[in-house]
Order: sequence, then C-alpha cells, then structure tokens
Amino acid sequence: MSMIDRLFPMPLHSILLLIVWLMLNSTLSLGHIILGSLLAFFIPLLCAPLKMAQPKIKKPLKVIPYVLLVLKDIVVANIEVAILVIGPLKRIKPGFVAVPLDIHDTFPITILASTVTMTPGTVSSDVSSDNKWLYVHVLDMPDNEQEVIDLIKNRYESRVKEIFGC
Amino acid sequence: MSFYAELIISLLLILGGVFVLVGSIGLLRLQDLYVRLHAPTKATTLGLGGILTGCMLYMFYVEGFLGVNELLITLFLVITAPVTAYILAKAAMHNRVRMMERTRNKHHIETARSQLPPSDDNKDSE
Repeated sequence: MSMIDRLFPMPLHSILLLIVWLMLNSTLSLGHIILGSLLAFFIPLLCAPLKMAQPKIKKPLKVIPYVLLVLKDIVVANIEVAILVIGPLKRIKPGFVAVPLDIHDTFPITILASTVTMTPGTVSSDVSSDNKWLYVHVLDMPDNEQEVIDLIKNRYESRVKEIFGC
Repeated sequence: MSFYAELIISLLLILGGVFVLVGSIGLLRLQDLYVRLHAPTKATTLGLGGILTGCMLYMFYVEGFLGVNELLITLFLVITAPVTAYILAKAAMHNRVRMMERTRNKHHIETARSQLPPSDDNKDSE
C-alpha cells in the first residue's frame, strides 16, 4: 500500500464530500474550500476501516438510463399508490413474495432493494443472510405472484446486473 | 416574474402538497404497518420533490440563481427513505406485528425473520 493510498483511502468519496459541503453552504469562498478539504481528508480516514470490498461500476453510462427509468417509475408509483390509498380499502390485497436474486454482492443488492422500495407498490423488507433472496411486501398483489417477481427481475435486476457487470 | 413562471411554480407547489397530503391520509387510513409503509415512502417522495422543484424555480426567477440545496435535499431523501422503510419492515417482522387478515404468503415472515431462504413446503400459490 503506497503512501497516497494510505492518506486517501477513498479518493472518490473525498471529492464527493468536498462537493457536497460546498453545495450545502452554496458558496465557493476560500474558507469553506479549506474547511471542506479538511473534512474530505479526515472523514475518509476515520471511515476507511469500515469499508467493505464492493464490485466496481463496469458501465457508468448505463447508470443514466437506469436513473431516468427509476425516476419515471417513482412518478407512476406515486399516482398508483395515491389512487389505492384514496379509493376503497377493500381493493388492497397485500402479500409477501420472496424474489430469488442473481446478484450476490451487498452494494448492488442495496441499490436493487432501494429501487424496489421506491417503485410501484413494493417495499423490500429483508434479505436472506446468504444474499440469495429478497423479501418484498407487495401492496396490491396480482393473483399470480410470479408477475411481481418477473417485473422486479426483468425491469430492475437485469439492469443493475448490467451496470455492475456481474 | 412572468405569468407562466408563476403558473408553473403554483402547479408544482399544489401537486407536491396534494401528494404529501395523500401520503399522510394513507398513513392514517391503511390498516397494518406493512401497508402503511407504502404511503409515506412513495407519496411523500414525489410530494417533496414537487415542492422542492417549485422552490428551485422560484429562487431562479426571483433571486436569479439556481439553488443547489434543494437538489441535495431531494438526493438525501431518495437515499434515506428506502433505508428507513427497510429498517421499519425488518423491525416489524421481528416483533411479529399484526398483519391484515388477507395478507398472502404470511409464512415468508418466519423465514425472513431469521434471514433464511424461503421454505418451499408450505407455499400457498404457484
């Protein structure tokens, strides 16, 4: 491990911290740049021991269409849930499904689980300890639960898989 | 500020307000914890998104600069909302919180509590 690696264990996070600090204060004054740089230097040093090895993003360009797709689905999800919430409650048929996962690393699973929570009628509620199953609570379950599983797998998991190339 | 800018900002604010309201109504009306989770995680996200976009546009037209704080709020909200929902659902499973009678596949709770793969023997559909 070289000296630079030891001083900057997470260079990307350092840059991100500095940018977020400047954005939070919405300023570019010298004082804040210095303070932000100090934070960007010391916080990764403190957090480095907590870091776990994660797969790298293999295809960064695929992130953009994925984010757009999720944003669109968030809007659709909101309208669907709003209609369900305001309409008669008898129509709500909740249920649990266990989705088999093809990705087994923690970071891609986190992304997938968060996406599932933000999108139409599903909230991810647990992951099996072998990282092979995602338990999902469905607000309005179709008669065939396979439909929900296929939707999550084809629409989101395949894309996350492509981004991380695993 | 032109009429159209005012119109767009007002529409965004109203739309955002309506969605936040629907999220709160959902929290009140729905019957068990798992179903209740759906309302605030989704409706509130879009609602706040609308309000913050309106806020950004207003700042742009009135003060003449693009506020980045609103973007950051949206980003943090999108990151933290799913985590909160996940932890709440997990805690509810561990405490065996009461579920709606017609919830399907209740047996998944038992394996999910111990983070085990689902058991196939008592599936009630497929």
